Amino acid sequence: MTLNTEQVKKIAYLARLGIDEKDIDTYARDLSNILDLMTQMSATNTDEVQPMAHPLDKKQRLRADAVLEIDQRESFQSIAPQVDSGLYLVPKVLD
Amino acid sequence: MHNKTITELSKALREKEFSSVELTQSYLDRIKKHNALNSFITIDEELALEGAKVADTILANTNTNTNLLTGIPIAQKDIFCTQGVKTSCGSKMLDNFISPYNATVVENFNNAGAVMLGKLNMDEFAMGSSNETSFYGSVQNPWNTRCVPGGSSGGSASAVAARLTPAATGTDTGGSIRQPASFCGITGLKPTYGRVSRYGMIAFASSLDQAGPMTRSVEDAALLLQTMSGFDTKDSTSIDIPVPNYSASLNNNLEGLKIGLPKEFFSEGLNNDVAQTIESAINEYRKMGAEIKEVSLPHMKLSIPVYYVIAPAECSANLSRFDGVRFGYRCPEPKDLNDLYIRSRGEAFGDEVKRRILMGTYALSAGYYDAYYIKAQKVRRLISEDFKQAFAEVDVLMGPVSPSPTFGLGEKTADPIEMYLADIYTIAVNLAGLPAISIPAGFADEKPVGLQIISNYFTEPHLLNIAHKFQQTTHWHQLSPKGFE
Repeated sequence: MTLNTEQVKKIAYLARLGIDEKDIDTYARDLSNILDLMTQMSATNTDEVQPMAHPLDKKQRLRADAVLEIDQRESFQSIAPQVDSGLYLVPKVLD
Repeated sequence: MHNKTITELSKALREKEFSSVELTQSYLDRIKKHNALNSFITIDEELALEGAKVADTILANTNTNTNLLTGIPIAQKDIFCTQGVKTSCGSKMLDNFISPYNATVVENFNNAGAVMLGKLNMDEFAMGSSNETSFYGSVQNPWNTRCVPGGSSGGSASAVAARLTPAATGTDTGGSIRQPASFCGITGLKPTYGRVSRYGMIAFASSLDQAGPMTRSVEDAALLLQTMSGFDTKDSTSIDIPVPNYSASLNNNLEGLKIGLPKEFFSEGLNNDVAQTIESAINEYRKMGAEIKEVSLPHMKLSIPVYYVIAPAECSANLSRFDGVRFGYRCPEPKDLNDLYIRSRGEAFGDEVKRRILMGTYALSAGYYDAYYIKAQKVRRLISEDFKQAFAEVDVLMGPVSPSPTFGLGEKTADPIEMYLADIYTIAVNLAGLPAISIPAGFADEKPVGLQIISNYFTEPHLLNIAHKFQQTTHWHQLSPKGFE
């Protein structure tokens, strides 16, 4: 399995991850090598096997739908890159 | 005082041989003296001494019934959120992140009256096996300062080995406690998945991550695990079963213990000197009356491809929260929202983290999900069932932690795959969610070698007992690296 530079660019965009143009070939090579490793799995028949999402096969625990958190807006916003009037600011999405 | 175990330090504090402030100051001085190791990212001297003062008041006002960790300095891997203190996770992304809350593990140590010395260096977002992916630079191994300490908990292992802290915390997603413990000649325990709360521990691969103690002895590891363990409603994967007394059974007799040696742990690729060291360690158990038997984990070789699908897939989802909007790094002058995401992440994540996000994004993308992620989860079950079968025959499994001892700084950074392949003996344990420990077992080419012991789910008391008995008959864990005595 080989990934070309166009595929790497597409994956990087899906992940919203900036990568340097000069590094794309290296990523393509490394990812292709990793994918080669993955092909080892295909030799094993897993038709009758259930996927294992949790090492102890536990289900996600539910809790009562009650408010447990206290308001920490100020503390959380004090570490934000840009805030105004209690809101997180980002560049304009609509004009 | 830096050569004493936690039990000894605790006794000395109670007998007023020295105060927690004096003890904490002496460690802070050692950290400064040996700062070339680069094992710490953040040291908050004022906060540490303030904590020590509080501990001294508790020790002065109560009788001997206080927690044994009261007044004992502990250093935290910089993956644990510490309120009011920078929590970087070894990344430029969180270089400006002052955590607004404490991880449950940190909270547990605070409640026990332990003193936080500082935050330890690590591979960026715990992705790496040599501590060389850290934004804050690589860490030296005190046994040979031209060599790596292992990773991702490399700062923890280096600091404990150099006696810059009596103990440290670590996290283990694919071997990140056990491998650096092995490389630095210390004791490192990865508990059963769900035993220690993951709340406030920055997530890498949520179905694999587990925190544990890194110490100079098994006895100390039992003390730390006691404080770290427990059910936590804030972690949806925390398991609600009672926490046993981890120190109570340390000295139990091992007569009749059945030890399994998985043949896959002793096949090609294993360094000869490491193999010999492990064989002598197993001989110690034979002398204690254990039965040794060969077993097989036939799917173990597939643990590398399975792990390098599951871990990157979960990492790509977990790391999507770092988007430059609410906390962490934001690129200068973003043109639009997309540019803000792309450049903030592109400028702040390092190479290895980017590689894994790309890999994970690909494995989870439409059309590939079944072929990679689901397939990996199926093979993961086969790997886990291999362990179940082995534990039907024997009590514990033993083998090496890593195919070779520590290597030179910069020696393996060119080829990521080479580094991945060296995780072969540790990652199957994470995929199965089992507890395992690395204890010092000797040296190969003057570099420390760890013996790995793997036991069944939630049998940490037995695992610690077996490891402790080894330390009662051997001296490897008491040795100090030259220049750090």
